Formats: sequence, structure tokens, C-alpha cells
Amino acid sequence: MADNSDNNAYWSANKRIIGISLVIWFICSFGFGILLRPMLAGIKIGGTDLGFWFAQQGSILVFLVLIFAYAARMNKLDKEHGVDE
Amino acid sequence: MDQFTLNLIVVGATFALYIGIAIWARAGSTSEFYAAGRGVHPVLNGMATGADWMSAASFISMAGIISFGGYDTSAYLMGWTGGYVLLAMLLAPYLRKFGKFTVPEFIGDRFYSQAARTVAVICLITASITYVIGQMTGVGVAFSRFLEVDNTTGLLIGAAIVFFYAVIGGMKGITYTQVAQYVVLIIAYTIPAIFISLQLTGNPIPPLGLFSDHVGTGEPILATLNGLLQDLGFSEYTKQSDTTLNMFLFTVSLMIGTAGLPHVIVRFFTVPKVSDARSSAGWALVFIALLYLTAPAVAAMARVNLIDTFYPNGTSEAALSLAEIEAGVDNQGNRVDWVRNWETTGLLAFDDKNGDGLIEYNASAENELTVNRDIITLANPEIANLPGWVIALVAAGGLAAALSTAAGLLMAIASAVSHDLIKSQINPSISEKGELMAARIAMAVAIAVATYLGMNPPGFAAQTVALAFGLAAASIFPALMMGIFSKRINNKGAVAGMVSGLVVTIVYIFLHKGWFFIAGTNSFTDADPLLLSIKSTSFGSVGALVNFAVAYVVSNATDEPPAEIQDLVESIRIPRGAGAAVDH
Repeated sequence: MADNSDNNAYWSANKRIIGISLVIWFICSFGFGILLRPMLAGIKIGGTDLGFWFAQQGSILVFLVLIFAYAARMNKLDKEHGVDE
Repeated sequence: MDQFTLNLIVVGATFALYIGIAIWARAGSTSEFYAAGRGVHPVLNGMATGADWMSAASFISMAGIISFGGYDTSAYLMGWTGGYVLLAMLLAPYLRKFGKFTVPEFIGDRFYSQAARTVAVICLITASITYVIGQMTGVGVAFSRFLEVDNTTGLLIGAAIVFFYAVIGGMKGITYTQVAQYVVLIIAYTIPAIFISLQLTGNPIPPLGLFSDHVGTGEPILATLNGLLQDLGFSEYTKQSDTTLNMFLFTVSLMIGTAGLPHVIVRFFTVPKVSDARSSAGWALVFIALLYLTAPAVAAMARVNLIDTFYPNGTSEAALSLAEIEAGVDNQGNRVDWVRNWETTGLLAFDDKNGDGLIEYNASAENELTVNRDIITLANPEIANLPGWVIALVAAGGLAAALSTAAGLLMAIASAVSHDLIKSQINPSISEKGELMAARIAMAVAIAVATYLGMNPPGFAAQTVALAFGLAAASIFPALMMGIFSKRINNKGAVAGMVSGLVVTIVYIFLHKGWFFIAGTNSFTDADPLLLSIKSTSFGSVGALVNFAVAYVVSNATDEPPAEIQDLVESIRIPRGAGAAVDH
């Protein structure tokens, strides 16, 4: 069993990765899809604007990438800290 | 062969498949009944989670809501997928490490309190029953059309089948059945979408078709739709009409509700390892995204086709006539018998108010057509004149979606009652057989309540389900997240937080939707809500904030949790040593 300080380092690293992921998560859904849509209105795509695309498609694609990237990054982190199964 | 016979054959064949699998995998022990013995591969688990997740709300109702709501309803798309990011990062791996069977069990242990566990059971049952009402609404729509009966009869038949189906199988039966149901529902959803996308845009991939040019006008299909809607006096499809505040809060509510719904979380208890819990969430979202990327295309294209049906020669020419509806053919020679078919269910109605023999569809008070939004997905292949087997397949898919989710929810309710309430608190010496019996009785009661309320639902299927998400968002998600990410939140804080989150949310919902969803007992409406522009479906996010705030304040004003609880929190944060689950 790894000692406590190493477990704390593992947990801090995990929280940092989560934090970065959730910033991207927020910007690509609530940001581009809702709050920032007026700013993206100039970028046209298929009869509408980029904000509409993010709200109805883009955000979902970003979510997929985020989860798999997180899973892969955490598998590496688990090994680095010797807490993998 | 007529459509009715074809529907019976296709729906009957898929049902035989599910029931066959349920019998083959019949649950023997309580461990198998609740959690499938933890031997489920992440990809299969992801597929089953997809079926569990994508209910009547996603399959039958969502495209219809988007079809009529346009951009404003994007919250359904973002909310019901974005929650998986939260689940993968904030909850699933740690709950898997904790290694118990149910969500209330975690809350009871982490907050070292039977009261917390009981409150969690109440939150779970409230959210799940609301959710089942939405499923029953969808089941009623699907059965009424394909058996050609009225909506109430369809609902009762559906309830009987859900009951039989959920009560004989357990989680294991459900896991493998759900894999089969996923396959049926995704094929049923995508095939008509591909046909329609080809017809309207020439692009066989619906998500790309949505941003392609319409073959008739040569303009992008969304621009074409905006034009048609403007001609009829409706708001443009891609324009925001809702307030930014409500749309934001609604998306938050659906996202954290996703991560707080016990029947989804429990899925991640059944994977072998902590790392599998993370990737399972990803796989679940892959299978869910296949439908969610198709849905907005189905929505926009169905609206174009709906308008084309009622204005066969364009919106500036005469509308479809009563004589054409009666004959089932318009003056262009297109089949329009779907209008009459759906009229028999009572979910589509027309009334020639001005007596000109034409059915005019527009945004004014002279509008002569009302369409229940829940019929759009099911009627879509008929509207587009697709072959009979496609129509039958969609009916089978809709039923697969509704049944799989209803069964998963009933499991969550049953395990909460039998395992978290009776076994742990009321009668610890109950036999395994007695526990299974209690679980089945709980399911039966839940179905009866949901069927009764499903006859006068508080909204379209997806809206009712959205209320369930609000309840889960306000009660369960904050408790779980604080339980993992904070060592300081104690028993009193958690209980006070959950109770206040649930109460403010449910009172707000009842004030707008009627007390206990009984029609006419509401004091406000979502068109003119009590607070700012916050609709009852969006209020879960406010409830969650209340929950977090109350838990924080109460915890800091009272003793910190004992050392062994702080050690427990430390241990669930580290994947190593997860092992098999233990019952207690």
C-alpha cells in the first residue's frame, strides 16, 4: 500500500485533470452552445451558425473525446502512483 | 400484408427475443438480481447502459420536442450527454471502488447514518417514479398506434407487459436483454433517419444531412425550414426564443440529474475494475451519441415533412383538404393516410374551424391542426412514406426503449425498498426469498402508481422525464459528490442538504405542474413561472445549489466526521484494492 503523501499527490493530480477537463466541457457546451453563441454568430455553417452546431452536435463529440482522454490519462496516472489494479 | 399485421409480427418477434433472454438468464441469488455478479464487459455494459438510459423520452419523445422547439430544446441534447462526463470523472470510479450494491448504501455508509440512507431512498423513489410516469406516457403512445387503440388502452396494455417483464428478470436478465434492446432501438432509430436524410438532402448520414442542402430548394435544409416556419408565422427553428437563464439552468439540471440517477449509477457497480468504470461511461456515451447525433436531424427533417404534408404545393398555396385526408392521397399523388391513422389514437386532431374544407396549420389562433409532440418519431416514417417494415421497426424500437428503461428504474426502486429499507432497517433477518418477494411487490406498486399518473401526465414524455432529472439533480448528485470530494461534510449536513434540495425542487414542480401531478391543482404555469424565467423543469439546478449550500453550512457548524469515515473517503479515492462487492 502506497503511503499517505503519495495518495495525496495522486488525488491532487486527479483533481487537476478533472478541473482542466471540466473547463473544456463547460466552454464547449454552456459556452459555445449557449452563452457565447451571439459571439459566434458570424461563423456560418449549413444555413445556421457555429453556436447552433455546438448546441446540437459539437458538444456531444467533445464529451466523447473528453471521457476517453480522461480514462486513458487516469490509467497512466494509476500506474505512475502504483495504485492500479 | 397490411400495416397492422406487419407491426404485430415485428413487435412480436422482438418481444419473443427479450423474453427468451430474460428466462435464459433468470436471476437466482440476490447478488445476481441486483448487480449481475459483476462480470459484465465494459463495452457490453456500455451498450446496456445505453438501452437503460435511452428511454421513451429519448427515442419517442425527444425528436418531437426538438422538432417543435428548435434551438431552445438543445438543452436535451447537451444535458443528457454531458452528464456522462460528470459521471465518468466525479462519481463512477469512486462508487465502484466503494463496492456496494445501491446508491443509498453508499450514502448511508459515507454519512454514517441510517437517516441519510432513508432520505436517499426517498429521493431515489421520488425521482424514479416520476421517470417511470414519463416512460408510461411513451409506452401508451407507441401501443395505441401500433395496436390501433386509444391512448388509455395502449397505456394499460403497456403497463401489463412492463410488469411481467421486469418482475420475472433481475439485473442480469436485464443486462443481456438490454444489449438486445439497444441493437433493436438503434437500428429502428437510424434506418428511417437515413432514408429521410437521403430523400431530403441526398446525404445518407443524418447528422451531416442536417447541415446539407435541401434537394428541392437547393438551400441548406435549416434555412429552408426557417423560411417555411416564418411563412406560417412560427419562430425560426435556429433562433433562441427561451431566456438564456432558463436554457442554462435547464441544461445544468439535466446534466447533473444524469449523474445523479440511481438506475444509471448502479450500472457502474457492475464492472470488474475501477478503470473499467471510467471507460464504461465512455462506451455508454458512444452508444448514446449514435442516437443523440441522429435526433436533431430527425427533428428538423420531420418538421419539414410535416409542413409539406399540410402544404403539398408550398405554404403560399392551398392547404391539405379534408377530402384528401379522407382519401389518404394528396393532389400530388403522395400518401397522407398517416393523418387519419394517428387521428384514431386521439394524439393528432384537426378541426376545420373556418369551414373552407382545408386544414390550415400555422401559428395563429386560426390554426386547425394539433399534433402531440410525442408522435413525431413514431409517425416520422409514415409521414415520409417509407415502406411498411420500417414503420413496424420504429414501433418495436420505441417499445424497446421504453421497456428497457422502465425495467431498469423498477429495479432501482425495488432494490431501494427491499435492500435499503426492509433488509437494513425494518427486518434484518429477512430471508433471501423474502427480500426478492418484497422487491417484486415494490415493483408492482410502482407500476400501478406510474400507470395511473401516466393517464394524465404532467407533460410530454421527455418533459416528465426532465422533472425526474431535476429531482435527482437536487437531491442525490450533490450528496454523492460531496461524499467523495469533501471529508468535512458530515451526517447532519448531508441529511439537511438532501432534504432541503428535494423539498424546494418538488414544491416548485408541484406549484407549476399540480400537487402530486394532479391536473388543475397548480398555482403557476411554466409559461409564467414563479421565479424569474425559471421553468419547473429547470429548477433542479437551483435545488442542487440549495443542497450544496445547506450541507456546507450545517456541516461546518457541527462536528467533523469521525476518523474512520475520513479513512473511508481516502480509500475510495484510490483505485487499488477494489475487489468484489460485499453485501451487508
